[in-house]
Amino acid sequence: MTILRPDLAIIAGNLRPGSKILDVGCGDGQLMLALQQHKNVDARGLEIDGHDVASAVARGLSVVQGDADNDLAAYPHNSFDYAILSQTLQTTRRPDIVLDHLLRIGREAFVSFPNFAYWRVRMALMARGRMPVTAHMPALWYETPNIHHTTIGDFRVFLRDRGVRIKGEWFLSGGMPRGGRMANLFAEHAVFLLIKG
Amino acid sequence: MAFAMTNGGDICDERFGLNKAVRLMGPVQLESGGTFAPLDFAYETYGALNAARSNAVLICHALTGDQYVASTHPVTGKPGWWTRMVGAGKPIDPQRHCIICINVMGSCMGSSGPASINPGTGEAYGMDFPVITIGDMVRAQAILLDHLGIDTLQAVVGGSMGGMQALSWACLFPRRVRSALVIASTARHSAQNIAFHEVGRQAIMADPHWHSGAYYSQGEAPAAGLAVARMAAHITYLSEAGLTEKFGRRLQDRPDGSKGAKTFGFDADFQVESYLRHQGLSFVDRFDANSYLYITRAMDYWDLAEPHDGVLARAFAGSKARFCIISFDSDWLYPTSESRRIVHALNAAGAAASFVELSSPFGHDSFLLDAPELNRIVDGFLRAGEAT
Repeated sequence: MTILRPDLAIIAGNLRPGSKILDVGCGDGQLMLALQQHKNVDARGLEIDGHDVASAVARGLSVVQGDADNDLAAYPHNSFDYAILSQTLQTTRRPDIVLDHLLRIGREAFVSFPNFAYWRVRMALMARGRMPVTAHMPALWYETPNIHHTTIGDFRVFLRDRGVRIKGEWFLSGGMPRGGRMANLFAEHAVFLLIKG
Repeated sequence: MAFAMTNGGDICDERFGLNKAVRLMGPVQLESGGTFAPLDFAYETYGALNAARSNAVLICHALTGDQYVASTHPVTGKPGWWTRMVGAGKPIDPQRHCIICINVMGSCMGSSGPASINPGTGEAYGMDFPVITIGDMVRAQAILLDHLGIDTLQAVVGGSMGGMQALSWACLFPRRVRSALVIASTARHSAQNIAFHEVGRQAIMADPHWHSGAYYSQGEAPAAGLAVARMAAHITYLSEAGLTEKFGRRLQDRPDGSKGAKTFGFDADFQVESYLRHQGLSFVDRFDANSYLYITRAMDYWDLAEPHDGVLARAFAGSKARFCIISFDSDWLYPTSESRRIVHALNAAGAAASFVELSSPFGHDSFLLDAPELNRIVDGFLRAGEAT
């Protein structure tokens, strides 16, 4: 399989072959292409950046230019086996509404995000009193697309309050998988597989 | 540019090639209620049908376009109107595709239109020609494709009014269309679209040479009215930024050699006036005023959702086609919001849809101009359809 970003590799490795997926924030379609080629998946994408959409369509993928906040409402209920939102939740204006849509459109949803409670992030804030800039969050505070940072701890509470069940969870540190123990401190990234409660 | 026609073993199939014309008995069913026959078609084909007859690509032209998509126009001597997209090594390639481009019904380049001779009277139809719709044009095209032995289209491609036809094809003949590529188009004409067209029609009908459409025997056509119609429409094909960049407030050089002086009269002082007048005057040499009335009317009647109680998604319910919708950010005639409306409907219908808004300074006409990203997208979209 094409070398995928580690969180995408987790998603690719854990969805059923032959399923129908919607990749929200699909970029130039790297995950979609890998899933089509290796998992026989019927993939559709949504992406905000026009150049990425052009690249994805030029690769033969079905990708629509739009954004999670405005364009998910048009998709019918349960029209996909999986809705995927990788590294995009923290960039949306209303993550709560976006998550509702994901679980409405998809029977299950993969959601991955950078963990703002990762110890390096905590250190940056605590020791230097500055907004953290890490390999996975390289932008400065005023230019970052990440407007709704969250932590694994906050996300769990958020899911519990909304009655969303966790079917699977994976954690990454330095691009490598790690266990769930003290994930909120030691995981840089989290991937959740969610189903309606 | 010309491509040899070698039709999969047939030594010479007279139905295929450049500059083709055929009369078919039809009839075509019209939305206005009646039927129309016989049907004249002027069309061109480029490239050969493969053995499976699965590589046909229908290109639908815009309001004032014609079948000369990739060959020299017989009246203007100019190269085909979409040689940027169609040709050897281009996204629509006669070496891979059997390309068909048909002059639309109602037009004046050889297919049946108001300037055609009515076989019943021996005179031009004029206003006796029925008022037609985009759907009527498409049903007529289907009759020609039947004649060509083409059942399924690998793709229907069109910009502007061509995009309306591509959408209409996918909805009227869902079984016959595998991919639809819709560029700088819309699923309905807005009040503003209709308003601009009405200005053009009124200009034609106000020309004393129009004679209620019966000018063909009068020796003179309503050229002044048609030129004004074209001038008004041409403004809508460009963007304000494009016009400003090209002309600004610059003045014309005068015949007496003075540069950039106002005449304090009503000659074309500004370069933009001179440009528009040229656009108007050169248009009347190649286009029929009544055709302009009929085709603009067909576009104004265009509303794909209308037969579906205004729910656009229902129009796509039966279609298995893949769709690719492309808009341009400077197009204010058919703005991105209209393309997005189509895309939302396609998503709601569960269709395989792609959509991108491209950036270009040239307004609605961008689809005809150099846009490398457009070519890249069209190429990828068509190739993906060939792979399956």
